[in-house]
Amino acid sequence: MDMRLPNPVQPAFEPAESDDAVIVNIGPSHPATHGTIQVIAALEGEKVRKVDVHCGYLHRGFEKECEDHTWTNLIPYVDRLNYCSGLINNFAYCEAVEKLMGIEITPRCHYLRTLLSEYSRIADHMTCVAASLMELGAMTAFLYLVMIRDYIYEHLADLTGARVTYTYGRIGGLARDLPEGWLKRLDEILEQYEDFIGRIHGLMDRNRIFIDRTRNIGMISAADAINWGFTGPILRSTGAAIDLRKDTPYLAYAELDFEVPVGINGDNYDRYYVRMREMDESVYMIRQLVDMLPAGPINVDDRRCVLPEKRLVYSEIESLINHFKLIIEGPQVPAGEVYAAHEAPNGELGFYLVSTGGGIPYKVHVRSPSFVHMGGVKRMLEGYQLADIIPTFGSVNMIGGECDR
Amino acid sequence: MTSRLDNVQQQLGLQVGGASRSHGSLVLELARADLLPVVQRLKTEFAFDLLLDVTAVDWPLKTPRFEVVYHLYSTQHRDRVRIKTAVELADPAVESLVSLYGSAHFMERECHDMYGIVFRGNPDLRPILLYEGFVGHPLRKDYGKHDEQPLVPYRI
Repeated sequence: MDMRLPNPVQPAFEPAESDDAVIVNIGPSHPATHGTIQVIAALEGEKVRKVDVHCGYLHRGFEKECEDHTWTNLIPYVDRLNYCSGLINNFAYCEAVEKLMGIEITPRCHYLRTLLSEYSRIADHMTCVAASLMELGAMTAFLYLVMIRDYIYEHLADLTGARVTYTYGRIGGLARDLPEGWLKRLDEILEQYEDFIGRIHGLMDRNRIFIDRTRNIGMISAADAINWGFTGPILRSTGAAIDLRKDTPYLAYAELDFEVPVGINGDNYDRYYVRMREMDESVYMIRQLVDMLPAGPINVDDRRCVLPEKRLVYSEIESLINHFKLIIEGPQVPAGEVYAAHEAPNGELGFYLVSTGGGIPYKVHVRSPSFVHMGGVKRMLEGYQLADIIPTFGSVNMIGGECDR
Repeated sequence: MTSRLDNVQQQLGLQVGGASRSHGSLVLELARADLLPVVQRLKTEFAFDLLLDVTAVDWPLKTPRFEVVYHLYSTQHRDRVRIKTAVELADPAVESLVSLYGSAHFMERECHDMYGIVFRGNPDLRPILLYEGFVGHPLRKDYGKHDEQPLVPYRI
């Protein structure tokens, strides 16, 4: 029996013509590709002449699976899109469903979701910055950042019960309210964050090795970035102040005071710096939100989506039936379609939902920033050195979970 | 902002089959032949400079069966438009938008992978999330949820 397997990937270009030209395959399993992605590069000497990026190695049929589960059952799945900031995925998805159902969330939920989105953004940017610095040899910076990130993870585990895949959003509210003393610990972590971020700035900002590897590497212009669909920190690093939180405010962002940091060159260094500054802005926003946080319920009073109190499920027949219908049939979402987008740490995360009425979605499509970025990333790799692929790829922050779905 | 979308809708008026609003964004239903010229106008005249998303919806009981759905955003005016074009199963092809937006390359490739929509003019429609040799289009409603095509045989 012939045991050879077909090569699933053919590069989009012909083998090179000249003698010093060679085709190099990087990935899909490579410690510096941040997940399973394959880069096929045609080199001329050390210079990258052409690049073909292949994704799909982490494809697990997310959108197909969604068409067979109730609206509520999808919440654990959306956690696993960008698994560095699961809460933002939760809230973006819940908001899309709430728009279809015409639900207005409670004030406390409104502010709490904003606070937790910004908290997640810090954890996500820390992951990205830490990993891309470590790939350039900055082990101390990596450990500092990952230490703070772990404080955040443990702190969120205290709230949600999980470190990474939180499943904390609910259609019409949240899974539970803040535990006792949570905001006090939040304050302590933010103080430690400031201490350690100061050290990162001291270690990296004027570091000769770091600047040599990142300045003027992986450059992209604002016009090119828009044409290739880049959003988020990559687009802002080119100097375009485009941020959904400012431009089309959702949640509580319209009431907050914050800046949109932008870069100048659109190179790796600018992307590093934009992310560092965005974390500072997030901390600033979180402090405002702690003061704004109102008391009150976290879930809307709407029997179409919110489970009745457990005490009532056990003691009265209406609540028992309500609970049963919500679990077995799912929340009844009216027919229609909606596109809702949030500013995720990597860019615009959009959910396009189609409902034909009933408890199960007809179609769920995720506009994931990472996937669109992979379409344009060759513009940032071609023309630079082979070794530059690693820092550039790190600064793009491709997340396999949301890229391949 | 609302008045701008009204204006866009009015000026496009003649070319567009149906126009409506959905949660603040403009929805245009275009005939297949109108797609490229209208998107061209949306980009150049009305500054919809960011192509966010390309996908399709499969309606097995309707004719035409597929709806190709585009989402555009204007970074200058901060508003959105959704474009829908219906195509038939027998000839599931639309014009590609790669001449207008670079981001169309990958997104059309994904849509081709998942729904089998052909984007005429896209130079590279190789599989992207699936592998070479995959038979069928998994997001079509007639592709069974439990159908499997393992590339590497199971080790039992």
